[in-house]
Amino acid sequence: MRPALKVGNDLSLNRRSFLRVTSAAAGGLLISLYLDRSIAAQQPSPPKVFPPDAFVHIRPDGKIVITVNRLEFGQGVQTSLPMILADEMDADWSQVIGELAPAADVYKDPLFGIQMVGGSGSIAHSFQQYRELGAKTRAMLVAAAADRWQVTPDQCRTENSVVYGPGNRSARYAELADDAARKPVPQEVKLKSPSDFRIIGKKVSRLDSRSKCDGSQKFGLDLDVPGMKVAVVAHPPVFGAGVRTLDDREARRLEGVRDVFQIPLAKGSGVAVVADRFWTAKQARDRLKIDWDLSAVERPDTVQLLARYKQLSTTTGTIAINRGDAKAMDSIAPANRIVAEYEFPYLAHTPMEPLNTTIRYDGDKAEAWVPSQFQTMDQMAIADVLGLKPEQVTFHTEFGGGGFGRRAVTDSHVQREAAIIAKRFRGTPIKLIWTREDDVRGGYYRPMHLHRVEVGIDRDGIPAAWRHVIVGQSLLAGTPFAMLIKDGIDETTVEGAKDMSYNIANLNISVHNPTVNVPVLWWRSVGHTHNAFVVETLIDELATRARIDPIVYRRKLLKSEAKKLQSVLDLLDAKSAWRQSLPKGRAVGIACHESFDTAVACAVDVSIENKRPRVHRATVAVNCGLAVNPLSVESQFQGGLGFGITQLMAKGAITLKDGRVEQRNFDGYTPPYISDTPMTVDVHIVPSTDPPTGCGEPPVPVISPAVVNALFRLTGKRYRTLPLITI
Amino acid sequence: MATYQLTVNGSRKTVDVDPTTPLLWVLREELKLTGTKYGCGISACGACTVHVAGVATRSCVVPVSLIGERPIVTIEGISNDPVGRAVQNSWVEKDVVQCGYCQSGQIMSAVALLKATPNPSETNIEESMGGNLCRCATYVRIREAIKSASQQVK
Repeated sequence: MRPALKVGNDLSLNRRSFLRVTSAAAGGLLISLYLDRSIAAQQPSPPKVFPPDAFVHIRPDGKIVITVNRLEFGQGVQTSLPMILADEMDADWSQVIGELAPAADVYKDPLFGIQMVGGSGSIAHSFQQYRELGAKTRAMLVAAAADRWQVTPDQCRTENSVVYGPGNRSARYAELADDAARKPVPQEVKLKSPSDFRIIGKKVSRLDSRSKCDGSQKFGLDLDVPGMKVAVVAHPPVFGAGVRTLDDREARRLEGVRDVFQIPLAKGSGVAVVADRFWTAKQARDRLKIDWDLSAVERPDTVQLLARYKQLSTTTGTIAINRGDAKAMDSIAPANRIVAEYEFPYLAHTPMEPLNTTIRYDGDKAEAWVPSQFQTMDQMAIADVLGLKPEQVTFHTEFGGGGFGRRAVTDSHVQREAAIIAKRFRGTPIKLIWTREDDVRGGYYRPMHLHRVEVGIDRDGIPAAWRHVIVGQSLLAGTPFAMLIKDGIDETTVEGAKDMSYNIANLNISVHNPTVNVPVLWWRSVGHTHNAFVVETLIDELATRARIDPIVYRRKLLKSEAKKLQSVLDLLDAKSAWRQSLPKGRAVGIACHESFDTAVACAVDVSIENKRPRVHRATVAVNCGLAVNPLSVESQFQGGLGFGITQLMAKGAITLKDGRVEQRNFDGYTPPYISDTPMTVDVHIVPSTDPPTGCGEPPVPVISPAVVNALFRLTGKRYRTLPLITI
Repeated sequence: MATYQLTVNGSRKTVDVDPTTPLLWVLREELKLTGTKYGCGISACGACTVHVAGVATRSCVVPVSLIGERPIVTIEGISNDPVGRAVQNSWVEKDVVQCGYCQSGQIMSAVALLKATPNPSETNIEESMGGNLCRCATYVRIREAIKSASQQVK
């Protein structure tokens, strides 16, 4: 998802915050980060309830607990952020524990100003922050050792959680922690030069592997708070509809049902069922007889919507970019133009762990357990429903089973439902579970889009004019982020097209953002999901027409400032020599794209098996600046390519008929399984010491255009309608 | 409500539940074995896979009343089995997991595969693992980990 609230570009810790050290109650050194007054003044009052504020805790047993200011939901930050801090601190990595931070001001994204995961910013935005925290912690430990030995700090060195001084003296960090806790926090501290990194840049295995392989890792859905009841909600069959009449007699007859009642939803209303167990609650919900009032709600229909979008695409929308001469197209003969229309369906995120939230309301305070990408907003929403201040809601960040944007919802609708139910059950923890059906049919999809592009080609086969109309719902309109819409343009609709790195003299892109009664949301890589597909398939088409190798053509067309993309195309060219000698029935497809400041180039080796694309191999080249954990980068790219295949699946679409979602579960909306995804993925990283950029979203945009570009070489057909039902 | 005697990970357990309750929810809510996951409830994703009498089974669609005397092994008990241990170790060694939510089911399916086919081909792997969805798409590493475990159990 996209950058939300930018509060400044200065990622340095010094000017925005200060550190405080305390001795932990149980011993050891606790280093906390506090926001300075200028930032704190923007908050009603600083939270002082549960949050320990800590980033580092050196325990007497030598364990070093590093707090992770992000949700861990697969992207690997519970390992990578501690790596950064531990490296500057010269900590013994084998003793490091990563813990997820609760909701608190100090854990807000330094750039976005809210606590969140999105915009592939976890490492990019907290790299400097975690380095400084580590370096300052180290400096205090060194100062404590120097005092003890009556030497100067520069006579000391550190390694693996030990300070070494002159004359074979040494002291473990844990021994020094209490003394270090009395030292002032240094204002300025020298960071390591990259050549001195011992952990950063190394392939480091995840800290959460074992617990995720033996069943012991608890996710939000696994919580078992004493006295807890389980809730499910019957949602209206059409978005925004409400309950007209409810007959819950059959439901209430089930043993273990505690209550059935109507609740307001973000739009419309529903019926909550609370029971001792999930299975009881679900059975009770199945027995509800609800007469829904559909009279006042629009009933979207994707077939009709497509017709409307096609009509809209023939007219110029709000201008996103108009470079060069808008009339340049008129001087190009029709024979030298490509007119292409692209269709993209609604897509659900369907993270493996269904949506859930657990809340206990105690009157003057509450406690919440949420796998949340948006802690700040979810905490505020819960507080709002319960009539509390955010700081009265102790908000635990639980491990999430995937998310891909679905746990970053601006209206916090799941948390609001849970809070409404919990309010009625004062003192009893309520775990709200959205079933898979609720999730698939519940909205908040990647919007459906229609693109209409006309490209005029000059004598050298170069696109001289590019006229492009994008039709699709805005993600930001009607949300707290609506103020980011500038001059009528929601960047999340046009990103990856408007800012494409190809040098096109006359570029005109405009947008229609119709209002449709379907809730929409950022879906891993957001606007790049469709824009990169359009751009990269058209570029491939142009290269083919010009009879130029697709990598050579892209290099030729890239702007000179697109250095990162140049670097990945060069690396891809070198690492995909296999494309010169493919067996019969196999073809190569190329795509490249930059998103979230990370450049990616991809080559795939594809055949057709059982009328479906079979991806035998994918080679990717990545420029993400300094790769903090190359193993994690590799995993994100291997997995991200697989995730991107979602939009090529035959059943990779959410459709609506008469206002109702036609899919219910993974049988109707089918994400990629093992044989749908590349059999091998080799990932090559451009060596760099530039600041790190994100790797969560950038893998996604390249794979689907690369695959259909390969399919063209096998079938001679261009694929512009997704999902890919037939090939 | 009815009372059932179950053998789970070698221990005898008694539960008092509605006979239609799927084994998944008995494991998770009655026996607090939350390593077995709910993903879809219609046997379409494999996150709930356990072994029932040695057979990889989608516990979300099997009513507890049908289990009878058949022993159940879940992710929490699979390390007692040499193949189970090898698969878990390979998974860690190959850094397979991302969000990790589906991996209990993946591991249970992989153990069943290697017990039946100690040296699986790519086709065997795709067939046996074909019903286990991983939304993070860790499939490349799942393939590698199965091959690595296969070397250890042979």
